[in-house]
Amino acid sequence: MTYKRKNNRKYDELRPMEAKVGVIKRADGSAMFKIGGTTAIAAVYGPRELYPGHLQNPQKGVLRCNYNMLAFSGSGDRVRPGPSRRSKEISLVTENALNPALILDKFDNSVIDVFIEMTNTDAGTRCAGITAASLALADAGIPMKDLVAAVSVGKIKDALVVDLDYDEDSYEEGVDLPVAMMVNSEKITLVQMDGLIKKEEVIQAIKNVKKALKKVHKVQVNALKEKYAK
Amino acid sequence: MKSHFKRIIEKGIREDGRKFDEYRKIKIEQGVSKSAEGSARVMIGETEVIAGVKMSLEKPFPDTEEEGILMVSSELLPLSSPDFEPGPPSIKSIELSRVVDRAIRESKVMDMKKLCVTKGEEVWAVIVDIYPINDSGNLFDAASIAAIAALKDAKIPSVKDGKVDYKKKGTKALPLKKEIPVECTVCLIGNKFLVDPTYKEEEVVEARLTVGTIGKELCAMQKGGSKELTEEQINEMINIAVKKTDELRKHLK
Repeated sequence: MTYKRKNNRKYDELRPMEAKVGVIKRADGSAMFKIGGTTAIAAVYGPRELYPGHLQNPQKGVLRCNYNMLAFSGSGDRVRPGPSRRSKEISLVTENALNPALILDKFDNSVIDVFIEMTNTDAGTRCAGITAASLALADAGIPMKDLVAAVSVGKIKDALVVDLDYDEDSYEEGVDLPVAMMVNSEKITLVQMDGLIKKEEVIQAIKNVKKALKKVHKVQVNALKEKYAK
Repeated sequence: MKSHFKRIIEKGIREDGRKFDEYRKIKIEQGVSKSAEGSARVMIGETEVIAGVKMSLEKPFPDTEEEGILMVSSELLPLSSPDFEPGPPSIKSIELSRVVDRAIRESKVMDMKKLCVTKGEEVWAVIVDIYPINDSGNLFDAASIAAIAALKDAKIPSVKDGKVDYKKKGTKALPLKKEIPVECTVCLIGNKFLVDPTYKEEEVVEARLTVGTIGKELCAMQKGGSKELTEEQINEMINIAVKKTDELRKHLK
């Protein structure tokens, strides 16, 4: 126990979470997910016709995700508006994280647009975005096999910790490993990692993250219940 | 559908039963984004706009060596409406940010000279970014209130060794006057004037006039929409806007 986390947070402890669905009235589905100082909002539009036509798939609907940080949501300087290499990559891995959970074969030639915006950030934005987007898709009534929950796990000094904040994420020799999972079937849909870490530690980290994801999933389910099970 | 909407408005009925000079419920919340130097969320009915202020130290423009820099920017997020698409700023978002910018700049609400650190070398740049989260109509007025509320919320960040230390929140507010500018957009549909249109009403707006006021004075105007207006109509629209901006200002106290 060499590493001590801020606010005496335990290694396997997530920051306080909050989720709400139906936050954007004009969208077909929407959700907000907050974890510590990171807030993601997601809106779903569709299924609607996909243009240009050559992008259409006659077999099934296409999921299109767009991740973006509001200009004032970064931890330092203003984030320049418009897509960056980083935001494009996150949009792609978000699509891949959500797609396995969706049943889109009834939506041929259509697109389901998911827009994810970060209003303020303290690391873990792609995970918060995926978690919010999954809720928004459920709110939009898109057929799904499962909800997708995401959280990062990492290594600081010798400690394996979940849900890194900005200081932990930017710790020089730290490791950051975001994971998304369909929680009921325990199938993993997103894995990324940066930093140096032993194989055994990765295996342990992924094992640890499952427990954390169940907690995220619970918050998701409660948010849906609050709107639909009253 | 559109002509039906216009017809009932000409009969004196609005879809939600409001009076023609009545705003929906307004809610202002400051400090909604911790990463910004200042921020605010404004709700007008179901319309939601958030604005955030970021500040940085920059070299001043050569023609205003002793003044800070103000920039107002907006992006019509496709998250907020099925009508907005991703991509470079649309003409609609450029107009929105310029109309809000004009009221703030021309009202001289901010003492730009006080934002000078070293003449000709270093000044504070204040950038206001405005985003609709849900567009249920009247983004102009919501954006103008959000921008001002965010500026009022902002604290100048601390500086360490000549560099901005974003981690340490400042305590000093921006040099703002007590009187603040607010904008009201008056819309013409058929032969009726109305304020605070819903997005459905906006579809049938033929002309609009956004008027910014500060104290007893006007500080900015912008006519929109393709229909022409008479002198009498413009006078009437200004009268409505002056009255409504006085009311809107009370929410910002």
